[in-house]
Amino acid sequence: MRRGYAPPVLAVPAVLGLALLVVPLAALVGRIDPGTLWQDVTSPEALSALRLSLVTGLTATAVCTVLGVPLALMIARAGSRSAAVLRAIVTVPLVLPPMVGGVALLFLFGRTGWLGGLGIQLPFTTTAVVIAQTFVALPFLVLAVEGALRTSGVAYERTAAGLGAGRWTILWRVTLPLAAPGLVSGIVLCFARAVGEFGATALFAGNAPGVTQTMPLAIYTAFNGAGVSQSAAVALSLLLLVTAIAVLLLVRAWRPGRALA
Amino acid sequence: MSTGGAIPVGLAADIGVVRGPFRLRVAIEAAPGETVAVMGPSGAGKSTLLGALAGMIPIDSGAVRVDGRVVTGRAPGLVLLGQEPRLFPHLDARENVAFGLRARRVPRAAARATADEWLARVGLPGRGDARPDELSGGQQQRVAVARALATKPAAVLLDEPLTSLDPETAAEVRATVREVLGTAVVATHDPVDALAWANRLVVIEHGEVVQTGPARDVLRMPATPYVAAIAGLNRIEGVARGGRWRGAGLELTAQDTASASAVADGAALVAAFSPGAVRLEPGDGAGPRIVRVEPTVMGWRVHVELEGAVRLAADGPAGRDAGAWHPGMPVRVAVPAEAVRLYAPPRLDG
Repeated sequence: MRRGYAPPVLAVPAVLGLALLVVPLAALVGRIDPGTLWQDVTSPEALSALRLSLVTGLTATAVCTVLGVPLALMIARAGSRSAAVLRAIVTVPLVLPPMVGGVALLFLFGRTGWLGGLGIQLPFTTTAVVIAQTFVALPFLVLAVEGALRTSGVAYERTAAGLGAGRWTILWRVTLPLAAPGLVSGIVLCFARAVGEFGATALFAGNAPGVTQTMPLAIYTAFNGAGVSQSAAVALSLLLLVTAIAVLLLVRAWRPGRALA
Repeated sequence: MSTGGAIPVGLAADIGVVRGPFRLRVAIEAAPGETVAVMGPSGAGKSTLLGALAGMIPIDSGAVRVDGRVVTGRAPGLVLLGQEPRLFPHLDARENVAFGLRARRVPRAAARATADEWLARVGLPGRGDARPDELSGGQQQRVAVARALATKPAAVLLDEPLTSLDPETAAEVRATVREVLGTAVVATHDPVDALAWANRLVVIEHGEVVQTGPARDVLRMPATPYVAAIAGLNRIEGVARGGRWRGAGLELTAQDTASASAVADGAALVAAFSPGAVRLEPGDGAGPRIVRVEPTVMGWRVHVELEGAVRLAADGPAGRDAGAWHPGMPVRVAVPAEAVRLYAPPRLDG
């Protein structure tokens, strides 16, 4: 039997769960005032938050890629025991409340922190936003890429080496193209997580409009009755929702063979 | 190389590899343009030898020389092709063949042109745009052969390249490879490969060379039961006596008795003959006895036990006598002189 043997009554909690996921989002869309939507999205505060989110999100994604792909490669090619340890370390920021990450970053870069004491003053700057986003988004990229690298294995690399290719040639022409599906989904998830980051940013980078106030912070501020209006908050939320759906479609629509052909 | 015959170009290796309880100690040479086949039972060390030559497996003693120079690690002049074609799935056939050239900084256009030439040479003209998953297993292996040879390696190492193909496809690829193969060391379990490709056959067992020579000679004068088995021959050890051969209770002569007469009485002499040449007749109580009768494609094969538990196989056509033989039956064994080859057990130098 193709559908298996699950008791039909399980459909009730299943549908409830689905509703819990979908209905709030529907409620959000329902609150949109079409008359002011464009105006809200293009208000100076909203545009500034949007621009900041894009710039920091893309920068954090670039940093994650540059640091995360080599880290993923290291884990994928490590022995099973050290790989398990490394993977656990990478997973910690994923399961940690982002607030805790923000506090930790403050203790490292803050006035009395390890690096802060050396004169490196990062908190409450745009750089701090990027660091906070990198901290929470890096695990997504590393785990996705590591899985792809582990799956593709070293057999093709060995073949390439046997044909006389050097290590860099093998990396660019064999290893990374073979891991491309994981790489793309890792980068996309990483970007989505970076753009949506709130907790670590709020604590570590603060909420200064134009400097550290990204879209999630702008939304939060709006609902607290300061800065952008509530309707702008709804519009920005919708923008984040659309971004999330676009990201998902991008990951799903991507087919390795076709995209590389 | 332990003794003389220093080959200035081509491949020359004398290597020892220790992997746990397994020890490989093999000297092998391939002059330019020469193809050397390596045969041996499973676990004899064929793949270890090729891996060591290719630099994939560390060598514990000895050295691999390519064109007279000692190479260590991955030797750029040697390319290894295994059972699986392992075409890069993200590249089309042309880019796969061009891969080694591109890695050697050959400009893209030139590498692609060379790749197209090689695809034509392995019987796949115009298939450069095909992706690996659009090619059959045999076509993939042809592309892999082209990819290995396109870099003009000093020698190509093939590790059972036809094993994963069905017999008909294997025969086609075998013919293609024969056309294009240059200096090469080929590990195979199929004597047909050795006869088709190799100038010389090296047989290794338990990590050591047990017989070497022109492929046909080695297969016609097997030095060990394994070689006799792959050659499909009966091989019985005996002694020379008055220009005849005696062993296991049999006495045989060969048409070419020169070898037998040249050997002193009592010296070791091996008799080799095809199972199809053996004539059986019902015998009396003592002597050879049938131990097993099994059907073959063309008829039947009778296994006979001779003196000293030596086994012999005799083939017969279907129909005639098929039911005449049964286990336990005493038989007389005769082999016509023209079918028997007598030779001193091959001794390897050094």
